[in-house]
Amino acid sequence: MHGLLRGPGRYETILVTSMMDLLPSLETILQSITAGLLVGFTYGLMCVALGLIFGVMRLINFAQGDFLMLGMYFALSIVTIFGLGTLIGPIPAVVTAAIAAVPVFFIVGFLLHWGMLGRIGVGQNLTDGEVHQTQLIMTLGISLLLANGALIVFGSTPVSLNTSLASQAWTLDPFGHGDILIFLNKGRVAAGAVALIATSALYFLLHATDIGRRLRAAADNPVAATYMGIDVARSYRVTFGLGFGLTALAGVMVSTFYPFQPYVGLDFIIIMYAGVVLGGLGSVMGSFWGGVIIGLVQQISSLVLPLQLQGTTVFIVFLIILLIRPQGLFGRNVERA
Amino acid sequence: MFVGQTRATYIGIAVFGVAYAVIVLFTRNSYYQLMLTLVPVWAIMGLSWNVLSGYSGLISFGHAAFFGLGAFTTALLLVHANITPWVGIPLAGVVGSLAGLLIGAITFRLRGHYFALAMLAYPLAMLHVFEWAGYQEVSFPMKRENPAAFMQFAGQRWYALITLAVLIVVLFLSLRIERSRFGLSLLATKQNELAAEAAGIPSLAWKLKAIAVSGALAGVSGGLYAVVLLVVTPEMAFGLSTSAQALIVTMFGGVGTVWGPVVGALVLIPLAEILHAQFGARVPGIQGVIFGIAIILVIMRMPQGVVWSLRDALGKKKSRNTLAPAAADVYTPVPVVLGPELLKVDNVSRSFGGVKALSNITVSVRAREMLGIIGPNGAGKTTLFNVMNGLVAPGRGHIRFQGRDLVGRKPSAICASGIGRTFQVTRPFLRMTVLENVIVGTFVNMATDGEAEAAARQSIARVGLGHLEDVPASELTNFELRLMELARACGSNPTLLLLDEPFAGLATTEIESYMNLIRRFRDEGLTIVIVEHTMQAMIKLVDRFVVLDHGVVIADGVPGDVVKNPDVIKAYLGDKWVPDAQPR
Repeated sequence: MHGLLRGPGRYETILVTSMMDLLPSLETILQSITAGLLVGFTYGLMCVALGLIFGVMRLINFAQGDFLMLGMYFALSIVTIFGLGTLIGPIPAVVTAAIAAVPVFFIVGFLLHWGMLGRIGVGQNLTDGEVHQTQLIMTLGISLLLANGALIVFGSTPVSLNTSLASQAWTLDPFGHGDILIFLNKGRVAAGAVALIATSALYFLLHATDIGRRLRAAADNPVAATYMGIDVARSYRVTFGLGFGLTALAGVMVSTFYPFQPYVGLDFIIIMYAGVVLGGLGSVMGSFWGGVIIGLVQQISSLVLPLQLQGTTVFIVFLIILLIRPQGLFGRNVERA
Repeated sequence: MFVGQTRATYIGIAVFGVAYAVIVLFTRNSYYQLMLTLVPVWAIMGLSWNVLSGYSGLISFGHAAFFGLGAFTTALLLVHANITPWVGIPLAGVVGSLAGLLIGAITFRLRGHYFALAMLAYPLAMLHVFEWAGYQEVSFPMKRENPAAFMQFAGQRWYALITLAVLIVVLFLSLRIERSRFGLSLLATKQNELAAEAAGIPSLAWKLKAIAVSGALAGVSGGLYAVVLLVVTPEMAFGLSTSAQALIVTMFGGVGTVWGPVVGALVLIPLAEILHAQFGARVPGIQGVIFGIAIILVIMRMPQGVVWSLRDALGKKKSRNTLAPAAADVYTPVPVVLGPELLKVDNVSRSFGGVKALSNITVSVRAREMLGIIGPNGAGKTTLFNVMNGLVAPGRGHIRFQGRDLVGRKPSAICASGIGRTFQVTRPFLRMTVLENVIVGTFVNMATDGEAEAAARQSIARVGLGHLEDVPASELTNFELRLMELARACGSNPTLLLLDEPFAGLATTEIESYMNLIRRFRDEGLTIVIVEHTMQAMIKLVDRFVVLDHGVVIADGVPGDVVKNPDVIKAYLGDKWVPDAQPR
């Protein structure tokens, strides 16, 4: 028996070292995990916003990527076009944009739902499925309108905010020897931190306030919520506004380190949906962790896969989750016979 | 929709084809000719989407997968193997069809939004794979010698005529699908999958057929698109906008009708192209903006699409005859001799989470028997029915029907073997007429669609709804819906009929005539099992009661004995009433 329990022999050692050469170094792995977590927090915020809209209203919103794009151009407008960047410095200007984005786009989203999406099926003899189909194609229309409208207004040249945040990094020395160093891009750290704060705030809103209870009731059972005196249509408008506002906030933060153009939404829409499905459709906080996992998968896969296939890993993870566990990691199984 | 009108539509297609060809021949401007070529390409793509998503209701965001595979199949066959598009485009259809079957086999396990989202991922994953494989741009090589053999023509006009010809074929094919059990089965599945399964429609098989056909059409359309543009890139083949375009032309025009995608493509494709040509250079994106606004406005004004809205606006309002069928309904009992055991529920148990819905249930039903299963709410009656017709698998035990075990079979297979059922809450296909609703139930045992229709008419007449055949189910009263469901359940010519609370919400006179109806059915040889929780009506109707409470059989016997059984009284009224109810 002793023979079986001995330590690695000569051949095993050779095998291990030769495999070590093929594998990325510990430093690269830690760097990827850190980058994955940071970008994952930002994805998490996007996913929370989408998950909120989907979870409460069962609406597949195709314009979500374009909402993100609007947030990016909102930041650009505040920082450069209005000249706030030169007036009070680029970083305070970004902070202003982040703070302003939520209320501004809350109102836009509220009005968008009130004027368009919420009008579908009212007074028309449509089944639930038909209402959803119709709303879906309307979000496609909104998406086309926003992306191409932005193209007219802002042009197709990719732009970036070029704040000092994007080019600076903090250095971490996790083992204290100085031989393994991890770089933290300041822009991504800021985006991750804002995402965590915003998500926590949403959690508080949903679970500790009256508005939040109304939203969750409307999500859980719209008919029963109506009987309890909750204005479900209003809850939907608030939800859509909140979802829009949070997405725009994520857009502001992403714009500090990611170059963008009017069609940038397409880069993110699948990530958002993958995260939401991974977390569990209908579980708002699950969506956050879904986004984090997508960020990790994306960054870690870049260690072993060629650049062009990085996008594919997200899709494959997405498909595998859908097929194996369609209710997601944190979702309930809502299908009934 | 199912019956008649077909000839008129065929003539319509012919007129459309001729008119379109004439316009093509008289168009000199090659730019307009290109537009006339693209309209049929996108109409075919829309029809492809419609075959799957329009009829089955499973929204696909991923039709670009089939379109792109078709485009690359055609292009790569020509580039690498020198195979002409005349062969390559049909092969593109085959590839699209196979991809459809594969994707369908994996993805049909998902429903609703989950299905839609999963479909989104396929083309986008393919896009990355094709880019990675180095196919950033595949151009069609020019064939100087014998260009026509490689589908290369000097005049754009030829392409317009070819795509038009394919569109006409696809229109006829779509019409065949829409007006046959193929389309009707899908429509039934879309409106109520459980009811369709219980009526003998094997929904998965139909969905697979639909995605195979749909994939083939999208593949052909992709192949044509590649040939017309002479170049394929992963972005135009697999991009989100390709999937979106298929969906938009169809939803704009009208879902679930062959003309929808054609109208959508006829309006939207030229609109987009003209906008692009007129303003594209000065204001890039104006095309998308106007496109987007057009979609939003049409959706707000006509959420069902242009074709349905026009049809509703122009169509005659069919005023239904509200007169009830003559109620002179007297039943004279006929002596009935029970046959051998037909159905045996043998020691069946089923729990949901911690709740034991059924525990060790044993019930036997003899041929031509009228059996009532009663019990208070939550006793497990409906679960017992769901187990019998395959909607719910039993945790333990067996169900034997005519000696064969039913456990593990699908509801549609169980229906085909001779068990029909109705539902506690009526499950009509609301958008279909009474006749179409019942035809769905008769497909299962009829070889041809004509026979199915005849059987359906007969079944409708039997329940006395003959005067309402062409009325949409959404306009029926509760009683008429119950009768229609009965006709649908009997349409498959079952040996055993399961009725789940058929009297719920009916007035006393309606209950009376419903009872007479099923009494006659029994006299004609049918075996009937009825679930009810009210005993009153049932006492006059059934030969025998089985009483369930909390998932256990607490009594089994003739009505006179069962109503005096202390356990039954206890279950219904509580302990307190047992002494009062004892015979004095």
